[in-house]
Amino acid sequence: MKVPLASIAHARSGDKGDVSNIGVIAYREEDYPVLIREVTAERVKQHFGELVKGKVERFELPNLWALNFLMHEALDGGGTISLRTDAQGKTLGAALLRMEIEITVTEARP
Amino acid sequence: MIRIANGQGFWGDWLEAPVRLIEQGPIDYLALDYLAEVTMSILQKQRKADPQLGYARDFPPLIGRVARMLRERGVKVLANAGGINPMACAREVRRLAPDLKIAIVTGDDVLDRIDSLLAQGHEMRNIDTDEPLSTIRDRITSANAYIGAFPLARALATGADVVITGRCADAALALAPMIHRFDWQPDDWNKLSAGIVAGHIIECGAQATGGNCIADWQSIPDFANIGYPIVEAEPDGTFAITKHPETGGRVNLETVKEQLLYEIGDPRAYMTPDVVADFTSIRLSQVGQDRVRATGITGSPRPEMLKLSISYAWGWKAVGTLVYSSPDAYEKARTADKIVRKRVQELGLKFDAMHTEYFGVNALHGSIAPSCVEPAEVQLRMGVRGADRKAVDRFTRELIPLVLSGPPTATGYGEGRPSVREVIAYWPALVPRDAIDTHVEVIE
Repeated sequence: MKVPLASIAHARSGDKGDVSNIGVIAYREEDYPVLIREVTAERVKQHFGELVKGKVERFELPNLWALNFLMHEALDGGGTISLRTDAQGKTLGAALLRMEIEITVTEARP
Repeated sequence: MIRIANGQGFWGDWLEAPVRLIEQGPIDYLALDYLAEVTMSILQKQRKADPQLGYARDFPPLIGRVARMLRERGVKVLANAGGINPMACAREVRRLAPDLKIAIVTGDDVLDRIDSLLAQGHEMRNIDTDEPLSTIRDRITSANAYIGAFPLARALATGADVVITGRCADAALALAPMIHRFDWQPDDWNKLSAGIVAGHIIECGAQATGGNCIADWQSIPDFANIGYPIVEAEPDGTFAITKHPETGGRVNLETVKEQLLYEIGDPRAYMTPDVVADFTSIRLSQVGQDRVRATGITGSPRPEMLKLSISYAWGWKAVGTLVYSSPDAYEKARTADKIVRKRVQELGLKFDAMHTEYFGVNALHGSIAPSCVEPAEVQLRMGVRGADRKAVDRFTRELIPLVLSGPPTATGYGEGRPSVREVIAYWPALVPRDAIDTHVEVIE
């Protein structure tokens, strides 16, 4: 079944220059493998479409049940150069949580 | 155990936060972070206009306000409020709080040494683009090295009540008291790493205690009275994150994890001047209400190079807005956008970029925003940037005339023609650590 990523994870996003980072954290330890499987760098790149012009890198933090994404060329130049309202990518974490993921009935159990 | 609090996550953060941290419960050290990357160039501009400026001007009045409490409660302050003029900052603090002992840490500012560093063969290439610094040499407006916590610890060792620095690693403000009080050595990699992780968690103030937290945000209590974060640090490198009792906000695994992941790169190699921290080693546990304990943190030897934060004059930009009401608010705004673009094209204006957003429809998330049926109003927001100031200035005259000459129901042009702003851009680079000498000076 399809559910939004927000149903199993929370997130925070920010910037380093023209790179936006998003930390995605599973609410429950048992959902961390779902993050690993569903929230790949490719899926994230695809989800953001034209908002992210460069590559997407993924790092794993199993100790925090979390993934960290670096999205390159994601902030229209970043910092003071960017013309975007969200030049620091503060809201991109919320945008990622809208991504739909596929989970099994067992995984959906509360 | 020592308690280190953060009462300011950026210049402009809540003025009452540091005062409340001192008043509402026990703390030993108060760290205040004022400097963002672009702040340094703003401060350079201010010092150019007045040699007595160039520091965070909120800071001296704050210390004046809390000076007596600092003495009575034995609280020491560490702040990077010195900007590019720590001495002027210290003099002003001294004027407003004459009973406090003040120490400054200098040596981070290398603006006057750029040419000699280049002559010594330090290319200071842009970390992101690999371009050599020579391409922007004549446009540099500030240049500062991120220094580590050891010079700050030396400043604490002078017995200073207030330690003022320029550009240092944000987390160094919290690590320095641990080095000072626990006698940690420059190769205690695991302990230094723990101190950096603690510093990273609190360096953005209330972002560790429920602020900007996505997890269950509606249930976070009393934002108006939010407690700022406190580290309870142990000599062995373990620590707890908490806040004063009876304050708002929340400290749990979710609020702390969100902040841990904030603005990091490779979690196995979080680079700082003092140590390379491994965020995958952190073990967190909730050990009480609003109390999260961290253990197991490891680190590896510090990098050979220090990061330089260089700013330079990039060009110009302007952003303007108009608001259209329903019906057809989005269509009106898109029509206005087309008119402005046509006029700009006919005038032959060239920009590095032109960008349009539609507030109320998809300004923040563009094509991946959730769909929106019939917004009551839409704000058109158009911006341009480029090297040609005249072209940017001409653009600012093209938006507001549409109030009378474009689609109906335009309003919200408030302050009229948008202003042209200089763009100061940021050039991250590296320099060998032995090229940077830090000094501690007590201001008597």
